[in-house]
Amino acid sequence: MKLKAVISSLVLTGSALAVSAPAMARDTVNIVGSSTVYPFATVVAERFGRNTDFRTPKLESTGSGGGLKLFCAGIGTQHPDITNASRRMKKSEFDMCQSNGVKDITEVKIGSDGIVIANSKEADPMDLSLKQVFLALAKEVPDPNGGETLVPNPYQKWSDIDASLPAVEISVMGPPPTSGTRDAFVEIAMEGGCKQYDWIAAIKKQDKGRYKSICHSMREDGLFVEAGENDNLIVQRLAQDKDTLGIFGYSFLMENSSRIQATTINGVTPTPDTIADEDYPVARSLYFYIKNAHVGVVPGVQEYAEEFTSEGAWGDNGYLVDVGLIPNPRSTRMDVARKVRSLESMTGNEL
Amino acid sequence: MSDQTPQAELIRQSLKKRYRKEKRFRLYGMLAIAVALGSLLILFTDIISKGYTGFIKTTITLEVPLDGELMYLQDPGDSEQLAMADFQAPILAALQQHFPEASSRQDQRELNRLVGSYAANQVRDLLKTQPALLGSTKTLEFLVHDTVSVYVKHADNPAYSIRLSEQQRRWVDQLVAEGAIQTSFNDVLFSRGASREPSNAGILGAIVGSLLTMVVTLVIAFPVGVAAAVYLEEFAPQNRLTDFIEVNINNLAAVPSIIFGLLGLAVFIGLFGMPRSVPVVGGLVLALMTLPTIIISSRAAIKSVPPSIREAAEGIGASRMQVVLHHLVPLAMPGMMTGSIIGMAQALGETAPLLLIGMVAFIVEVPDGFFSSATVLPVQIYLWASSAEQGFIELASAGIMILLAFMITMNALAIWLRKRLERRW
Repeated sequence: MKLKAVISSLVLTGSALAVSAPAMARDTVNIVGSSTVYPFATVVAERFGRNTDFRTPKLESTGSGGGLKLFCAGIGTQHPDITNASRRMKKSEFDMCQSNGVKDITEVKIGSDGIVIANSKEADPMDLSLKQVFLALAKEVPDPNGGETLVPNPYQKWSDIDASLPAVEISVMGPPPTSGTRDAFVEIAMEGGCKQYDWIAAIKKQDKGRYKSICHSMREDGLFVEAGENDNLIVQRLAQDKDTLGIFGYSFLMENSSRIQATTINGVTPTPDTIADEDYPVARSLYFYIKNAHVGVVPGVQEYAEEFTSEGAWGDNGYLVDVGLIPNPRSTRMDVARKVRSLESMTGNEL
Repeated sequence: MSDQTPQAELIRQSLKKRYRKEKRFRLYGMLAIAVALGSLLILFTDIISKGYTGFIKTTITLEVPLDGELMYLQDPGDSEQLAMADFQAPILAALQQHFPEASSRQDQRELNRLVGSYAANQVRDLLKTQPALLGSTKTLEFLVHDTVSVYVKHADNPAYSIRLSEQQRRWVDQLVAEGAIQTSFNDVLFSRGASREPSNAGILGAIVGSLLTMVVTLVIAFPVGVAAAVYLEEFAPQNRLTDFIEVNINNLAAVPSIIFGLLGLAVFIGLFGMPRSVPVVGGLVLALMTLPTIIISSRAAIKSVPPSIREAAEGIGASRMQVVLHHLVPLAMPGMMTGSIIGMAQALGETAPLLLIGMVAFIVEVPDGFFSSATVLPVQIYLWASSAEQGFIELASAGIMILLAFMITMNALAIWLRKRLERRW
């Protein structure tokens, strides 16, 4: 009967598919890692695919930690070749890599990412310290009357925090928790201001969870507004309302510099130079890591890294600058590009 | 009939109330349908009003001087020269014919940003395939830059123009007035894979990925599901073990899909060493997820075949296998297929389990087999919806419309099959 033939052939093909577990060679570079580096890496990958004979690398956005975990799981085509990270690899992660046989890793520092606080050009420019940022935006702050207790954030006006600040209502728009910008802002700016209180810094050793919840919680009483992922919206609101501050990535300030100006942090104005030198405090370096054992096995690994580290991509006028990357200083670029060409491995001591 | 009896009186009095009650009851039902239809209408209007521009592409037509000196290119056959040549230069020259006043470096940068990032690649590929064109002037059509595209499509909305400078806006307005910039049907969307540039991005890769994944799901889930249903319904003894299996199947149908993703990660990728992000693994995971649905609906279909048919077959001496294969399964087939198609439609819209097996990824190339990296439709929509560029918002909505079209087709197919093949007894 016909039906029988159909069913049995379906079963056969099905089991054939299921059984043929392939340990096959891979012809596409696999990249995992940070969602902050993802927009830069995808641009490079796409260009690389179009301009060379190699296949376009495949990119998964897994977060820095998730990426390093996959990356360090072992050698072999089922493991990724490159992982992106918006922070440096930790010593523990390096050790995990080593113990899983991933011995030779090349570290590539691709540039920096700055987070700015900005307001309308019609308003007066502000200058804030990280401590003031923390006091203005945290859910709970140390009691202004002194003592080592926390109270719900009482500050309504900037002048309540410090008399030198303007007497206008605190009103700040920023990204939601799903955003990488928010993560970085909270980790660098909020925590940076928070740990200046010695007694809070002391909590870190005893109870890391509590320390995090003190330093990383944003106020929810309406003075800090989550504006959704669309940074354009924040920019428009800032242009309309001169008393509102906004938090976003440096690239948005760059593209809208005709309408908005940056708040200086500790007196430092965010510019590509101050971000690259880490003078501007709310900045971090971005990295990717190459699994050297896969170079020559999976075609295109080193070539992709070379494309990423070419002047046309990450240089001062490269296409990555258009998507918002803050380039490394030229001397660093030369140094890192040389490391990529020679695939210099990390020793573990630099971490 | 004695109207005077108190009982009849009571009934008559309550009659009005009962009718009212029934009316109210019907009204609630209608209200429920109105709410459902209303929210569907809001959803559709929102998606369509945001997404129809996704089906439009914006192109610019330029007279490009393919001048060898301009590009530092003497011989398009020489791959080294091809790699070093400047293919943006002739495009810039063509733009400067329209705007001779734009000569400073900043102006040139802004002019270059009117055309898409891959316009230069288009010139290169043209010269690579037709070297004879070197030295001539050719009319070429390029995709415009994403910012220009959203500006042209939303000319009445200032929110879409903030990425362009004053000067660029003037240029674009002039080019539109001259007819150099035009909009047409977005065939790019249906012919390419993902891209970081919205105007270059297509959904074909995701469509092919979805199809490949669905084929694997169908090939695994349908035969296994039907075989399991037939055995459980016809051959299995009634005992504690089969009860236990039945409870578990019903239970599995309600397990959140992400669990199947974790299983796929541990078993197919971890244990069997299959590669990440491939349709085979995606299909296997989705097959596991769809199996309970297929088994349950197939069993119901077999149950609904009238016992008289089975008895008649047995009565004229058919063996058990003959009864099952010649009568029960063919008669239950429409029901089984309907259940499978509904299960497949559910699988088509699934993203959560695919996240864990690496199918949520940026993949430019259209997949060409069961073992090449792929994503699926809902994942592509998710990736577009979370991208920052304005052009991706409309693409995400356009993607939703395409996904809905697939769903409607599958569900319509299920209804058609049922109507066509169903027999009533």
